[in-house]
Amino acid sequence: MKITQVLKAATTAGVVALLMSSTAYAVTLQMHNGGDPGSLDPHKVSGDWENRVVGDYIEGLVTENAEAEPIPGQAESWDVSEDGLVYTFHLRDGIQWSDGTPVTADDFVFAFQRLMNPATASDYAYLQYSIQNAEAINSGEITDFNELGVKAIDDQTVEITLEQPTPFFLDSLTHYTAFPVPKHLVEEHGDAWTETDTIVANGPYKIVEWLPGSYVRSEKNETYYDAENVQIDEVFYHVLEDQAAALNRYRAGEFDILTDFPADQYQWLQDNLPGEAHVEPFLGVYYYVLNQESEPLNDVRIREALSISVMRDVIGPDVLGTGELPAYGWVPPGTGNYVENAYAPEWAEMPYEERVARAIELMTEAGYGPENPLNLQLRYNTNDNHQRIAVAIAAMWEPLGVNVELFNSETAVHYDALRAGDFQVGRAGWLLDYNDPSNTLDLLKTGITQGDGMNWGNNYGRYSNEEFDALLTQAAAEQDLVARGEILAQAEKIAMDEFAAIPIYWYVSKNVVSPKIEGFVDNAKDIHRTRWLTKTE
Amino acid sequence: MAGITGKDAVLTDYANKLATLDAPKGRSLTQDALRRLTRNKAAVVSIFLLLAIVLIAFIGPYFLPWSYSQVDWTAIRKPPDFDKGHFFGTDQNGRDMLARVLQGTQMSIIVAAVATVVSVSIGVVYGAIAGYFGGRVDAVMMRIVDIMYALPYILFVIILVVMFGRNPVLLFVGIGAIEWLTMARIVRGQTLSLKEKEFVEAAKAGGAKPWTIIMRHIVPNLTGPVVIYATLTIPEIIIAESFLSYLGLGVQEPQTSLGTLISFGAPVAEVLPWMLLAPAAVLVTMLLCLTYIGDGLRDALDPKDR
Amino acid sequence: MLGYALRRVLSAIPIALIAVTICFFILRLAPGGPFDGERALPPLVLANLRAHYNLDQPLVVQYFIYIWRLLHGDLGPSMVIEGFSVSRLIAIGFPFTLTLALTAFVIATFVGLVAGMIAAVNQNKWPDYVLVLVVMIGVIIPNFLMAALLQLWFGVYLRWFPAGGWVNGSWMHLVLPVTVLAWPHAARISRLMRGSMIEVLGTNYVRTARSKGIGQRLVLARHAIKPALIPVVSYLGPGLSYLLTGSLAVEQIFGLPGIGKYFITAALNRDYGIVLGTTILYMFIILALNLIVDLVYAWLDPKVRYR
Repeated sequence: MKITQVLKAATTAGVVALLMSSTAYAVTLQMHNGGDPGSLDPHKVSGDWENRVVGDYIEGLVTENAEAEPIPGQAESWDVSEDGLVYTFHLRDGIQWSDGTPVTADDFVFAFQRLMNPATASDYAYLQYSIQNAEAINSGEITDFNELGVKAIDDQTVEITLEQPTPFFLDSLTHYTAFPVPKHLVEEHGDAWTETDTIVANGPYKIVEWLPGSYVRSEKNETYYDAENVQIDEVFYHVLEDQAAALNRYRAGEFDILTDFPADQYQWLQDNLPGEAHVEPFLGVYYYVLNQESEPLNDVRIREALSISVMRDVIGPDVLGTGELPAYGWVPPGTGNYVENAYAPEWAEMPYEERVARAIELMTEAGYGPENPLNLQLRYNTNDNHQRIAVAIAAMWEPLGVNVELFNSETAVHYDALRAGDFQVGRAGWLLDYNDPSNTLDLLKTGITQGDGMNWGNNYGRYSNEEFDALLTQAAAEQDLVARGEILAQAEKIAMDEFAAIPIYWYVSKNVVSPKIEGFVDNAKDIHRTRWLTKTE
Repeated sequence: MAGITGKDAVLTDYANKLATLDAPKGRSLTQDALRRLTRNKAAVVSIFLLLAIVLIAFIGPYFLPWSYSQVDWTAIRKPPDFDKGHFFGTDQNGRDMLARVLQGTQMSIIVAAVATVVSVSIGVVYGAIAGYFGGRVDAVMMRIVDIMYALPYILFVIILVVMFGRNPVLLFVGIGAIEWLTMARIVRGQTLSLKEKEFVEAAKAGGAKPWTIIMRHIVPNLTGPVVIYATLTIPEIIIAESFLSYLGLGVQEPQTSLGTLISFGAPVAEVLPWMLLAPAAVLVTMLLCLTYIGDGLRDALDPKDR
Repeated sequence: MLGYALRRVLSAIPIALIAVTICFFILRLAPGGPFDGERALPPLVLANLRAHYNLDQPLVVQYFIYIWRLLHGDLGPSMVIEGFSVSRLIAIGFPFTLTLALTAFVIATFVGLVAGMIAAVNQNKWPDYVLVLVVMIGVIIPNFLMAALLQLWFGVYLRWFPAGGWVNGSWMHLVLPVTVLAWPHAARISRLMRGSMIEVLGTNYVRTARSKGIGQRLVLARHAIKPALIPVVSYLGPGLSYLLTGSLAVEQIFGLPGIGKYFITAALNRDYGIVLGTTILYMFIILALNLIVDLVYAWLDPKVRYR
């Protein structure tokens, strides 16, 4: 190449760049998203970091507003039958995938069938089990997918039939498991449809780049029905698991939003960047599972002693530093469809010294004490916060004559052990998938017989109480929301009075939001779609 | 972990010099070396400092008001407070940092020592066998060593830790077991030259078994390389351990190590600086001392300068 | 020479195979699997997932499937990052890791050599002491701590360089990670260089050259540097392989998409395919590097003959 040519090329490139910078004037959101997405397919994802990406590029029948309440999404409106069993959704006119193909009722029917197809192996399919025959199809009992309660009446009408009336159904439709997938692409490419060169979007953004370990990049989807009101043109969802490093990059101006931050820095943030750290109640419970299948934790006295001797008030404010509120019950405060007064045991009001005295008494009754200490292993997955709480609680149990051996392992190993029942006390947490008390209460339901064993699902401690199970079944059939709430509250009381597990604190969401960002509304689901945000430079 | 401190190159160099030397090696060399070492001021100061750290780490905890696992609910994440006896402050669990630093130093020392002993033992035995038997045995055994140099050790250590869990003994026997390569090479070289010596010939003629000859006549002549090797290996292992701690693969709570303490201190360097400063200072001092001692020993034992 | 190289390569194959085999079985025997997440999967779903990745086969069968594919150059799929094959992830991550390591390698080697020479020439004078101290810091401070401190200081307080990421692939993003990575390497090189240079300067032929009245620079350039390089060269191979594996922490803290980061995430998540794939890649590179170093070494030092 001659020098003149090089010069020419360089000038052209410069002019092009200049033109682009003057015309595009793109507003870019740099979001720290935490973990690396495992997939972009709504039927294959399972984490909140994946939800942030997926929920920006695909929209379900119902979507969230800035407060994370359900609002019309791809469906403009819907009718519900009198018995609460049949929902009829009317799709918007002119909605399309970003390749120009219209979004039709067929895409939804196809998506729900794909979700429930056992071959898809979707982690979270169970969230849509309220749909007629969904569970049976997902577990392989019914093999004809057309028996699923999702039908296309015409191109623009989707009819969903439920097993029984479900008060949280609309809310669960905002979940990514209820998202449509482009039937034409999935049929052509199979699971590979999420490759960046084939992927399409029907939401406010479309995926343009995915660099595992670094970021996912999305751009505004001009074919989205509400595109004119979408303010941010480009979003980077950054992968960075080291929270301290993430905060550094936020302070360096490289990130606009942090979706988590190190609890130790909370005070610093409040002092130095006032108003930027958002710590808000988040529907979820942090708890310790007690393995009740074997000695010694099958003894309710020991469970009680362990639970009442946990000084919960000190955990959130002091040990963690972000002020999480103490949990004494099982259903997070603020959960919908529930009774006003949350479960509050009498012992929670007792002074701590009395609680310890009572706990020591209980331990003595059960045959343990300083001379005959109880040796317990406490398992947690490797994480600074889990470790601190474990250390604190081990110290709280020491006066009861309990020797705690701490044992940490990676997440996969930890949950493998919990599921196998290979533990005594184990750390766990549950964030609500949909805003309803049944979501946490189901964690304590007796397992179901399967083959020659029991499938305990997420009930790692294997707590089992017939009365509790009966109440849950009764609540599921109850149509009156108030009565249903009361039945569920009874169930919660039974389980908690028996110390089925040790709730420790209610989760909080921890975001750091730059003053440049507007439209970020704190909410109990911690869902903030980019669509509602604006950024001023 | 080929050469975090450049150990392999240093030692290989040293071994080459030893091999080219024909002088008898034995007591006189070590005595001579000791005399020369005492003339190296940096090394002497380092030895005393290191001894002091080791002593304080092991004896100090008996004189402290707090134990390393004791929680002081009234002092969570507090800066140094002399009235309460938290001379280095407390961590986010209200545990005394001084007590934890001492315990962590203990753990790091133990771990490094165990790993070093393991690697030296394997290296000596392997190298001596290869050197003593020579011929095809030697060729095959050394080829294996050559190729094992090319394995990404830190990856294996991570896989091992993931497999075996957080048991410190098991873990550092694991590290030690892959640190022996250089040692094996040196010992082989030494053995090759030693086995031609008269005293070995005599022992052979007397009907001594190869194992007896190796252990009684060859191994005792390896003091020099072993000492240098150990001073260079200990820092490597301490650094490797701190890296594993950063990945969350360190020792189990409530026990701790310098690496674990530093990896917890690093993210809070601005807000709780005392959590980083104390362990980092101990680590830096220890590693500096070991480096100076290593340098001093190498100079002192250098056969060329005699 | 070609025969020697070929022999080296061939003899490495069985060891590499043994290493792969050991890794394979250790990984599979370790508790936890790629699908053990926070929430339980329905049994049928789990069975389907396992079948998809052949995890339902007996371990030995899985092993032979893996080796068979490996011999055909297929490293298999990632079990955690959906839709990405191990080869594709390596294709994404390896250029980053290589850029990082090579940049650090070139800079560190150069800086280390120069610093080592300066220190040697000024033995026991102040430049020597200053250099030794600076060098020590690089070796003694664990690299994750160094990374965090540099990020805070130069990224947040001074804002001279980006605190992380590699969004536009600009060289500015490389400065901090490369510094963290290069520092200890430069330190080791300079220590080696200083040592061997001092020795060479003390040899008879250099003394002779000096006594003939040849200037300092000329003595260095003509007589001292090449022999002094020998021990340094023998360290370059292990040094570069250490840089490659040492980028694990750096990639983690600065959020760079290198294979070191993939390896660690995968080991913790039990993504068997990626762990094995990256390990094999590292092994391959390090073997190649060692071979190159041996050849260079032989060229530099005629005393070494191909065994």
